[in-house]
Order: sequence, then structure tokens, then C-alpha cells
Amino acid sequence: MPFGNTHNNFKLNYKVEEEYPDLSKHNNHMAKVLTKDIYAKLRDKQTPSGFTVDDVIQTGVDNPGHPFIMTVGCVAGDEESYEVFKDLLDPIISDRHGGYKATDKHKTDLNFENLKGGDDLDPNYVLSSRVRTGRSIKGFTLPPHNSRGERRAIERLSVEALTSLDGEFKGKYYPLKSMTDAEQEQLINDHFLFDKPVSPLLTCAGMARDWPDARGIWHNDNKTFLVWVNEEDHLRVISMQKGGNMREVFRRFCVGLQKIEEIFKKHNHGFMWNEHLGYILTCPSNLGTGLRGGVHVKLPKLSTHPKFDEILNRLRLQKRGTGGVDTASVGGVFDISNADRLGSSEVAQVQLVVDGVKLMVEMEKKLEKGEAIDSMIPAQK
Amino acid sequence: MASSFSRVLSSKRNIGILSLVGGSVTAGFLLHREHVSAGAAVRRRYPASAEYPDLRKHNNCMASHLTPAIYSKLCDKATPNGYMLDQAIQTGVDNPGHPFIKTVGMVAGDEESYEVFADLLDPVIKERHNGYDPTTMKHPTDLDSSKIQSGHFDERYVLSSRVRTGRSIRGLSLPPACTRAERREVERVVVDALAGLKGDLSGRYYSLTQMTEKEQQQLIDDHFLFDKPVSPLLTCAGMARDWPDARGIWHNNEKTFLIWINEEDHTRVISMERGGNMRRVFERFCRGLKEVERLIQERGWEFMWNERLGYILTCPSNLGTGLRAGVHVKLPLLSKDARFSKILDNLRLQKRGTGGVDTAAVGGVFDISNLDRLGHSEVQLVQTVIDGVNYLIECEKRLERGQDIKVPPPLKQFK
Repeated sequence: MPFGNTHNNFKLNYKVEEEYPDLSKHNNHMAKVLTKDIYAKLRDKQTPSGFTVDDVIQTGVDNPGHPFIMTVGCVAGDEESYEVFKDLLDPIISDRHGGYKATDKHKTDLNFENLKGGDDLDPNYVLSSRVRTGRSIKGFTLPPHNSRGERRAIERLSVEALTSLDGEFKGKYYPLKSMTDAEQEQLINDHFLFDKPVSPLLTCAGMARDWPDARGIWHNDNKTFLVWVNEEDHLRVISMQKGGNMREVFRRFCVGLQKIEEIFKKHNHGFMWNEHLGYILTCPSNLGTGLRGGVHVKLPKLSTHPKFDEILNRLRLQKRGTGGVDTASVGGVFDISNADRLGSSEVAQVQLVVDGVKLMVEMEKKLEKGEAIDSMIPAQK
Repeated sequence: MASSFSRVLSSKRNIGILSLVGGSVTAGFLLHREHVSAGAAVRRRYPASAEYPDLRKHNNCMASHLTPAIYSKLCDKATPNGYMLDQAIQTGVDNPGHPFIKTVGMVAGDEESYEVFADLLDPVIKERHNGYDPTTMKHPTDLDSSKIQSGHFDERYVLSSRVRTGRSIRGLSLPPACTRAERREVERVVVDALAGLKGDLSGRYYSLTQMTEKEQQQLIDDHFLFDKPVSPLLTCAGMARDWPDARGIWHNNEKTFLIWINEEDHTRVISMERGGNMRRVFERFCRGLKEVERLIQERGWEFMWNERLGYILTCPSNLGTGLRAGVHVKLPLLSKDARFSKILDNLRLQKRGTGGVDTAAVGGVFDISNLDRLGHSEVQLVQTVIDGVNYLIECEKRLERGQDIKVPPPLKQFK
């Protein structure tokens, strides 16, 4: 309960009209779905930990819209939010995740051997490969809602789990509040260090409270497997390396995740997951796999082709600048990743990336030779 | 529009009791604030020691006084509105310190916060207000502007004069904690009252959600428009929620009396004009404030005030009078003198740049205003500014003539 308007019983003294937010200038998923009736129905509810509908929507009320992307405009405060506020969240999830229905089931597949190919993306074009996801730890509330005590407990548990890993996963934890200048410099140079969120999408949801208390970064000695603790989710897990061997990146991702999950389960704090929504994360956009598998790829010619966006669309891929979401591409290098998260498995989503990027690199090569690519444009996946 | 509130009882030290009367079809249900248990969801699964913030790198008043013992004592308490300690201190936890000033590091969510969290707020108030002890002292309120002596500055030096304060509407939560409905209620109550102002005070309201581009430009040109807070000191306390809903600016036609609604406080009241006639600025200030108070009382409302803390505002630094009286004054020579800071200090004045707090001076022009807010009355503080600024101008003139200046003896403080 980050801010004061969470105390429902007092708010109920006011009529619905008086509390209902003014969303007339808003353009986000929450604003499109939250009618007065839905608000009226949900306003006297709260999850067992005390998260209310106003807590869910605050970020969407405070941030009317994003110029380039349709933001979600709401967050979950705990696992139960997705149940208690389903009248609001199910339609939002459906809008955001391509019509996903309240009765649909999500498939989880972290068996990397089911991935076909993926080890031969041309490193002359594909500069780096990366797969990330998030995990929430059952029994704790999520970053918009958790207290310092909870956040610290999450950190303790996570560090215990991570420092017990060995082999290729042997590594070290760097808490944000006590890292040395030298460590900080190194983490910045490795592009590992995450900063206090400045995006109002996150700060208005209360996720930056008490920074940098109980936040930190863990990575393996090889610098190919990285975990962020208590940033936008309990855990963000990242596997990455230079070059185009996405298969290897995905293997390490799956193996590492499963090792970590086992340790958490032993402590009776497995990951939040259910068969309808898959992995439960703070932002409804990351439900399902929570997976973003992507590459940094040089596509200077293809990216200026008039059909570039349509090609991406059909391949179920999205582009970002090399600084991540909300950045521009530099030197024709794009971050290309899967657009979907919910309704298809990890293997399926990474497969789309692997196949799609392979095709786009071939298109790029054709364009370099001055040839047309129209025959290569794929059907909608 | 069916406003659902009516009479607020008691202006005494007791926590105000709010009676709610349902306005329409489902004829009134009467609710006393004490019985409206906010049902604060205290899901404390961890002991206070596990929740106590890490303040080792912090330098603000809250951090200086929040011991583990006090935290433990207060962390499960809630005001009748449901506001809790973690919320009150969040801004201070999130903002370890300011390079130039020691920030307060906490806010009040409602009037009762100052009682419920007194174990922390009292020492914070004492530190911030230069030794004023809220457990033993009384704050004097005096808005009788006829008591002011002199007060018309040399306009070759003083470019403009301004007095501001804040007022909170009793019975409604403060900006860090208010719900949208409460905030809209504040807007309704105040705008309704302001519509009753007459003569040189008559004016109009510009709601932030509905102003036209043209109105917005005019307000910017007049230097009246306030923007969504960007300072993390404010945003971390939750004051910018739901922006710009129920925020707005009211000003009189002469553009000398201005009220901000639902920015950092329920209302900020500003009287200003070009030139050095501080006396007239303060006269209008007092008259306007008293009129507004009369108008809201007619409708069954009142300002938050008590004799211990004076006027109750969101930030403990603004308690008492909430008053900042200041001028924009040209002091190019004096400001370069090594004794400038000491002189200001002894006169109980502070300098700011002409953009307000946290800005730098431009062209030797400074914003000079009173340091104190609590423990001295409005009349006393404005007199202090008048006497002090006159002294500064004297110093500037002496320096112009090549004469030396003296550092005045320090003004008497508490104990």
C-alpha cells in the first residue's frame, strides 16, 4: 500500500462517481476497460494483503498515454490481484495478449531441446543474443506493494538460492546499497547495472520505494547469466552472450531457471504460476512466459524498407532501439524480439525469434545485392 | 452538485469529527469519522526490526529522529483515515538528503497525523523550527495587518513583494493521502467560497483539466501557472497522484491575489504585486484570507488549526503561519560581501534565486524572505522581513557610497 488512498472502508463513504477517475484523456489498456460499473463492483474489494483496485490502476491514472506504445496502465500487487480484480484484468489481458480468453490455458515449455536450430545466426549481422524473463516468489507480495521487510526477505532467499549454484552458474551477488565504486564501474561496463527506475510508469506504481534497499545484481563468473533482484519484479533472469548462438543462450536460460526454481521449492517458496496465466509477474504484459528473447542485429537496409514493420508484424516480432524499450536504433542496429508472452510457450516464442531473425538476415543480404525481397515476405504467423 | 458533507464540529484541540450526510436518494447516513474504521490492512508479517528503514546514508530531519524504538512504537498505528507511519516517512526514506538544505523527510496525510505520530513529529518539528517545542509552547496567530510599521520599500531596490501561505480544509485528507473524491471536494469547497469574493478580490477559477491553450499561455506569462510536481520530495509522498484532476488556479481580476488548489497543500494563498508596497500586499493577504475563511465557514467548513501547531499543512516545515513573505531585491554589492550570509542569518532571513527554492540569483537580484514559520505570528514575521529588508537596502546604499556596513546582532530566538 504505497500511498494513502488504499484504505477502502473510508473511501466507500464517497459515491462511485466521486471516486471514479477521469480517464477522458487517457489511452492505455486500463482506461479502455475500466468502466464506472466495473469500478463500482471492485472498489470495495481487496486482496488478502490489502491491495485495492485503486492501487492497481494508479499508474494508469497518472500516465495517460505513451506516444509510441499502448501501455497497460495497471499492475498487480500480489498473486491474488489477478483473481480478485479479474473483472478488470481479464479484459485487459485479452486486449494486450491477442484475445486471450478467461478460459484459455497457457503452455509452459522450458525444455530447450525442443528448440530447432538457433545456433547458426550469422554473427556478421547478429551481434548479440539474449533471453530474459521474470519470476515472482510465492508467498510474497509484488514490488508495487511489498514492504521493506518483505523485500529484504525476498533478497535473502534469492541470494541464498543463487549463491548455491555451481559449475557454469557459479557467481556472486552485488547488493546495490553496498557495492564498491570499482564494482559499480565494472557492472556498468558490462551493461549489467540497473538503475533506480525513472519511468513514471514504474514510479507511480510504487516500485521504486525505499531504493536501493534490498536490490541487487547477481551474475555468474562467465558473465552470461544474470539475475536482477527486486527491480520491477522479484527476479529478472537474463541469459546472454555476444554473437548469434541463441540456442546456447536458451539452453543456459532453461537450465539455470530450473536449477533456481528447485532451490526455491525446497524452501517452500516456489514461483508464482498457474495454468491459466502461466508465470505471474507485476505487469500484466509479462504474464505467460514473461519471456523476451531477442538479438541485436544489423539491418540497415531492411529497416528502411517500407514493408519492415509489416514483416515484423507477420513474424510476431517487435523492434526496439539498442537501449531497450523506448530507445531509438543506432547505426541500423535493432533489438528484435518476440512480441507475444501469453498463450504460447517459451520454446515457441524463441523459435519465432530464431526463425524470424534468420529470415530477416537473409532479406538484408538480398537487399545488399540490390535484389527484391517481396517473394520472401512471410505469411502471418 | 450534491455535496455530501455538512457541519464540522469542534475547532478545539480534539480531532475533528466529520459528519457525513448522504446527499441524495438514499437519504442521509450519518457517519462519524471515529466510527469509520478505515480498516487499515495491517498485514505485518515481519517484526518492526525487519521493517525499520536503512537510514545510515540519510540526512534529513526524519532520519535524525526516527529511532528503532520510535518506529516500533508507531509502525502499527493508523489515523482514523487509515494513514500510517510508513507512508508518512516514505519521502524521507526515498530521498536521503539534499545537497544544500536539510529536508524534513516526512509529511502528514491528515490533521490527525500530527497527533498519532507525535512521538516522531514533535522532535522533527522542534529541530526544523529552531527549538519550538510543540509539547509545551503555543503558536500565536495574528492577521491584523494594521499593526505593521512602515513597509513601503525603496523601489529602486525592491522589484516586487509577495506573501504566501497555505490553508487546509478540516475534515479532508491532505495531498499525500487524499482520495480523488476528497481532492475534488476540496476543489468544490474552495472554488465555491472564492466565487463569493467581491471588489478588488473578485476573480475566477481556471481548472487545470479544462483550461484552454490561451488561458494556459496567459497564466504562464503571468507566472501564475503551477506545474505537476517533479521534485521527488513531493512525488515520493504521493502528492502528484491523479494529476491534473481537481487541481486549478484562482486569481482576482487585478492579478494580485492568487490561490493554488490541490498542489502541495489543499490551498496555497498568495498576495503579490510589483514594487515595494509590502504593507499593501500584507493588508490584502490578511483581508483575503479572512474573507475566504468566512465564506467557507458559512458553508460549514473551517481551516485546520490548533493552538499548538497553528495552521496545519502537509509539510511540517510549513506549520504555524505557513507564511513566507518576501521580496525580489537588487543587492549586487551586498551579495558579494563576505558578511552577507551572516547578516541574513542574524536577521532571520533566507535568500533564494528569483526562480524560488533551489534556484540561483540572476543579476544580483535575490528573493529574500523570512526563515521562520512557527512560533511567531504573521504580523511578527512580516515585520521581521520589512525591518530586515530595510536593513539590507541600507547596507547596499552604504556600500554604494563606499561606506562600511555592520553585521546586526542576532534576533532573539526561543530559549
